[in-house]
Amino acid sequence: MIYLIFGYFCIATVGISIVALTRKNPVHAVLGLLLLFLHIAVIYLFLNAEFLAMVQIIVYAGAILVMFLFTLFLLGAKELSSTKRYTSIFEGRVLIGVATMAVIVGAFSLIETKYKGKYTISYIQEIGNTKAVGVLLFNEYPIGVLLIGIILLIPMIAVAVLAWRKNDTS
Amino acid sequence: MIELLGLVIKTFVVFAIVLTHVAYTTYAERKIIGRAQARMGPMEVGPHGLLQPIADFIKIFFKEDIIPMNAEKLLFKIAPLVVLVFTTINLTVIPFTSDFIIADLNIGVLFILASASVAVYGVILAGWSSNSKYSFLGGIRSASQVLSYEIALGLSLAGVVLMAGSLNLREIVYAQHKTAFGIYAIPQIIGFVVFIIAAFAETNRAPFDLPEAETELVAGYLTEYSAFRYALFFLAEYIAMYVMASICTLCFLGGWTIPKFITDFLPFLEKVPGIVWFAIKVYAFIFLYIWIRATFPRYRFDQLLSIGWKVLIPAGIINIFITAFIKRFAL
Repeated sequence: MIYLIFGYFCIATVGISIVALTRKNPVHAVLGLLLLFLHIAVIYLFLNAEFLAMVQIIVYAGAILVMFLFTLFLLGAKELSSTKRYTSIFEGRVLIGVATMAVIVGAFSLIETKYKGKYTISYIQEIGNTKAVGVLLFNEYPIGVLLIGIILLIPMIAVAVLAWRKNDTS
Repeated sequence: MIELLGLVIKTFVVFAIVLTHVAYTTYAERKIIGRAQARMGPMEVGPHGLLQPIADFIKIFFKEDIIPMNAEKLLFKIAPLVVLVFTTINLTVIPFTSDFIIADLNIGVLFILASASVAVYGVILAGWSSNSKYSFLGGIRSASQVLSYEIALGLSLAGVVLMAGSLNLREIVYAQHKTAFGIYAIPQIIGFVVFIIAAFAETNRAPFDLPEAETELVAGYLTEYSAFRYALFFLAEYIAMYVMASICTLCFLGGWTIPKFITDFLPFLEKVPGIVWFAIKVYAFIFLYIWIRATFPRYRFDQLLSIGWKVLIPAGIINIFITAFIKRFAL
């Protein structure tokens, strides 16, 4: 039963990505993407990564996609023009097919099913998934966390500078 | 199998109780606002108008369901369901007493934030798919409002999570009961106020009901909806109010417990079942919702956004710093 559900989510992820890519109406494409993110969150749940699943929904579905929709609405993109969107050069198709195959084969050959890292599964189950992620991030990769914080801060400053308006009208 | 049956029965009980509450909240709202404006409120149906919600229910469900000709039909039909499903799903993670909870998640707080962020799509889609200027403006307003206030809401809850050391709503209540005051609203008064204001904005209630401001936008994203689908939006709004009230009760007011210094003083109060305290706190918060709707005028949209970004978010960050200090040194 559980394998059937997992199988559905895996196949649906691929199917929905194709649907989202081929929509003419950009709003429908964004909604396809939303559905895709929800499915990915469920796949994270299957991998026992509950924290990641929720963050996936909050950050991607809740913030970034709403921004996409917002941009679409404010720019007033109604329909994409009916010009051809995809090229059909034979060599190009072969190249993309071979490259995708190479990536898939390479990725699958690198998968190791054995368990890695110093935290055991029983330890993670004891303190909870979320706490385990926190402990790992702040104890082993504190510099990485700080760097990400700084990287995220710089665009914030940039946006504030761009949007700054001197208040001389009032 | 028995476990599954138990879950189904539990879910059914919770939804039946919440739906009855929603129906009578509309009645309470009309009565209280009537009293605030020196009128009687509904009086005709039943004694003191007590059967009014049932009459409204029958009326709204048998009205004709109109779909505008140029609407995006599928999305127009789906939008109310999206809002309803993703607000109602929050009820599953709320512990009503120490042992009555449908799904005891380790990440209850995050779950609620996540489903709240998906529910906003229903509102945006309702605005967009109606193909009407008023609806569209309502949808856009709702999107920017919810996006801005979600940050403040998350920041105020982050203080609670930091203090309790857990994302599980049940453990947050237990951790609260152990502190000196018994509620987090006292050491984290800034976070509490930020949470209340953000909760009003998140549920699109007055004084932040700009997405459906009738003086400017007819009814905002609801303009083109009628009958059954309108009722679904309405239901979702009231359920969202109850969810916010429950989160406030659990995270700031001690959930089903009462502070220890009160039970030390009046020991017989420990005999009262926890659900009573929970209900009293939730009702008080719902009353606050209605009271503020009757009292405060609506904000302008630029005021709304500047309150969100320039006041609430910095206040939330300050609250996290203070909480971290309290947690680290003393208490």
